[in-house]
Parts: sequence; C-alpha cells; structure tokens
Amino acid sequence: MKLHVRYDMNNSCKIILREQLDKIQLPYTLTGLGEIEINETLSSERYKELEINLNKYAIEIIDDPKNIFVQKIKDIIVEMVYVEEANPNLKTSVYLSEKLHKSYNYISSVFSEVTFSSIQNFIVLQKIERAKEELVEGKETLTEISWKLNFSSVAHLSSEFKRITGLTPTAFQRIIKKRKENNFTSE
Amino acid sequence: MKHEELHVLLADDDDDDRLFFKDAIEEVKVKTVVNMVNDGVELMDYLNNPSTRLPNLLFLDLNMPRKDGMECLIEIRGNHKLKDLSIAIYSTSALETDIEETFVKGANIYIRKPNDFEELKTILEKVININWQYHTSGFNKEHFLLTL
Repeated sequence: MKLHVRYDMNNSCKIILREQLDKIQLPYTLTGLGEIEINETLSSERYKELEINLNKYAIEIIDDPKNIFVQKIKDIIVEMVYVEEANPNLKTSVYLSEKLHKSYNYISSVFSEVTFSSIQNFIVLQKIERAKEELVEGKETLTEISWKLNFSSVAHLSSEFKRITGLTPTAFQRIIKKRKENNFTSE
Repeated sequence: MKHEELHVLLADDDDDDRLFFKDAIEEVKVKTVVNMVNDGVELMDYLNNPSTRLPNLLFLDLNMPRKDGMECLIEIRGNHKLKDLSIAIYSTSALETDIEETFVKGANIYIRKPNDFEELKTILEKVININWQYHTSGFNKEHFLLTL
C-alpha cells in the first residue's frame, strides 16, 4: 500500500518547536520567520538540551549574526516562492529591503559573502526546486507550473531547468519515476 | 550541522586524475576538506569504518579495479547510514543511457571528466556550490540531480 501525504512545512515546524519548547517548560513566543522569543534567561544546560532535541528534527539554532540575517533572507524568499498569497507584485529587491529594513545593496552583499551565491541565483534554485516537487507530484502540466511560479513562459521554465540541473524537465520526471519503480529511495 | 566546510571524498584509481582534482578543488571558494581512496574496495572499507567522519559529497570514478563505481553506488544507496551522502559520478563516458542509469541507481551528479584544468575548476566550482546550497538550505535531496 502506498500513502501520499501533503504537508505544510511552515506549520509542521511550528508544531515541532512548540512541542520541544513545552517539553523543557520554557515560557516563549513564536514570533514568526524562524524566531523564538524566550521570556527568561536560558541556562547553558537547557540551551544544550533544546539544541540536541531540535537537531533530531534537523532544526538548528543559529548563533552567528550574519548567518541569522542570511537565514531571514532565505525564509522570506522561500515564503515568496511557496506561499502564493504572499507573492507580492513588487520587485524582490524592494520587497526584501522593506521587510528587513536594510538597503538591497547591503542585503545582497551579506548574502553573497555567506552563501557564495547571489540572491537571484538562490531564487532561481528555489523555484526550480518547487517545480521539481510539482513535477514529481504530477498533477499539473509544465505550462501550469510555469504560470504558478511566475516564469514568463513554459519555454523559459524549461531552459532555466536545463541550465540549473543539466536535465530537461521530462528527463527529470522519467528518472524519478524509474527510481520509484525500482523501489529506490534515499531514505 | 555546522556550515564551515564541506567534506569531500574522491575515489579514483588514476594518480594523475587525483592530483589534478586536488589542485582544482583547492581553488574553489567554498572551503573543503578533501580525502582520497584508490579503488572501490578501499572506498567501501573507508565508508563502513565507524571512526570515519562521513563526507558530504563523494566523487566516484566509474571505472576502477577490484570493485567498480556502479557496484559501490548500489552498495552505498542500499545502506541507510549513508543516506545523507551526495554522490557525484566522475566518468569518461558521455552516453545518455549511462548517465540516466547512474541517476536511477541513486547518483545525484554526473560529471564528464574534462581534459582541461580550467574546465575542471569551473565544473567543481559549480558542483560544490550547488551541493553547498543543498547542504545549507534544506532542499529535498531526493530531487537533487545535476549533469555537467
């Protein structure tokens, strides 16, 4: 038997965070976009305990300010790509600098310094990842996917897909399908 | 998971290729720690040794004595402990069917071995960078496929 599940990554993570914070009985507020306000000082033992518990779910506590900032940028971009309602008709640069209250020059230079990649490149990668998920799900046509992800045309999506992965969307779909038939998963 | 450096392992039986690879990867912007093994048997011993710090990314030559790359690929993908390892096939073959076969068996990246040092540098820069993004951005590794 095979079950197909759909999950809301954002909500799943919030539930895990709540469970883990409740477990060590800390007063907290989740302030959205990967931030937790702890309403008391946290001893190093409890910090360690929380860190170990969260690591089990591949959640990591970030303590370097530049990494924190880059994570915020990534979260905003992911939200833009994943949540259609949040997808503004604004330019990415304007949207990022409004959300983070910093100039786009500053934002993009910190991003490149930490990730060795540009914001534009990260956005494209993120969109291609999203397109892959849709292709694997197989419910929508390539045209519908290109539309949903704000590509100017299906040809544009195909060429970006090929540029980033070296494969055509069809070849990608075929390989994933064959892996499933061979019962191969990386899990 | 800390993000300071990427641990890379190369399995290749050719001395020149190993040297060539080491020189090229040292010039990549993302900081890497590189280890090397000479053939498939050595590779599997290395990966199965409990004291080994597992690499994030393996460059695997298909054509090796004793145990070839394809056998290693199948063995690695059958081992749950090695599920986080990204595998880059590093081969002289450019046949579409060979490429697709390795992807179906669980490879993530397929690199046609270049003859030119500059080209190798460009390729490694791109591979390491994309792997870095997967490593640090929580992308779905099951969908990580790249051919160069």
